[in-house]
Amino acid sequence: MAEIQSNEGGGGKKKKGSKQKKFDVHVDFTPMVDMNMLLITFFMLCTSLSKPQTMELSMPSNDKNVDKEQQAEVKASKALTVLLDADNKLYYFAGQPDYKNYNSLKQLSYDAKNQNSIRSLLITRNQDAYSQIQLLKKQKLDLQISQDTFTARASRIKNGKNTPVVIIKATDGATYENLVDVLDEMQICNIGKYVIDTISKGDKFLIKNMETKGAFAQGQAN
Amino acid sequence: MSKVKVAKKSTRIDMTAMSDVTVLLLTFFMLTSTFVQKEPVQVATPASVSEIKIPDTNILQILIDPKGKVFMSLDKQDDMVNVLEAVGEEYGLEFTAKEVAKFKLLPTFGVPVADMKTFLAYPVEKQDQLLPELGIPTDSTDNQFKIWVKNARKANPDLRIAIKADRQTPYKVIKNVMSSLQDLRENRYNLITALKENSN
Repeated sequence: MAEIQSNEGGGGKKKKGSKQKKFDVHVDFTPMVDMNMLLITFFMLCTSLSKPQTMELSMPSNDKNVDKEQQAEVKASKALTVLLDADNKLYYFAGQPDYKNYNSLKQLSYDAKNQNSIRSLLITRNQDAYSQIQLLKKQKLDLQISQDTFTARASRIKNGKNTPVVIIKATDGATYENLVDVLDEMQICNIGKYVIDTISKGDKFLIKNMETKGAFAQGQAN
Repeated sequence: MSKVKVAKKSTRIDMTAMSDVTVLLLTFFMLTSTFVQKEPVQVATPASVSEIKIPDTNILQILIDPKGKVFMSLDKQDDMVNVLEAVGEEYGLEFTAKEVAKFKLLPTFGVPVADMKTFLAYPVEKQDQLLPELGIPTDSTDNQFKIWVKNARKANPDLRIAIKADRQTPYKVIKNVMSSLQDLRENRYNLITALKENSN
């Protein structure tokens, strides 16, 4: 491989009697391999192959001067409030909070395999849009529609009239992972309208009341 | 006695093929990988199914460690210089050329403005040792984080904000950072996550 054999003066102009010189150039590649291996090791240790993923997030403006008209009102029948609490606990209530009945708050699970998971809840709530988007995805996989049409149609379905609006509220005890997990579920279940809101006293009351099965509200009333 | 003659064979192995392979691997690594940035704290990002890749340039990365300390990094050195000068001006501090030169080489910064001068005077090893304990103050009384972000936006209007926080960071800290950003009308930003393996 790395040897060059050359017959000098292979043509007819050689002098008579002179010996043909044979060059045997053999390059040893071992040091080259050593160096390359070293460089590879360096690159493997000091660089990362995977680029981090990101999740895009748009938050509502904090501006207090926004007119009442500009503020989007959410229909109570479409609203779904998800409460994130410490120790990976997750609760939800639909529509308006019912402070009198501690059973209005229901516990959910992050684990998608669980029957009572947030994913199954959101998919049933968002059944129409979810099944339509699944169909679209299939069409895209079969190359019937382009990526652009897919994104345009998907966003139209997601923001359709009858899709639920999810309000995410987290207590101070919840972790960042909980928040990202919930935001992730929004993406999986194709929820187009969701918002992160600050938790109110009423929500904290609901959680406490549910944990104590109504005893907390009793104590407050007395 | 008859000697058995052993044929002498050359033990030289041709390394050319091996060299070819290593050069190929080396090229692959050089082209596909990016250098790991030095970060003051180890952060394990939560996993998500999102597949959007983070852009390479114009990133203001906000790093939040599990204890709630906030650090920042900018990818352009010119921006670093502008931001430092603007923030210094706001706090009535003048930075010397040497301090600015040292600052712009920092991969991540996160020091209360009052301590900035003393911090920049330290050698790099001492800085690395000190930095995880410092962090940018974010309390409502002295929200220096807001000032840094505001000036970073001024220095580079195309900046994208990316939040990189640890899984175990309490939501309280995240809420504080997010509401600070909201106050500055920075309503769109990215959350850096790792890829979730099973996306079913």
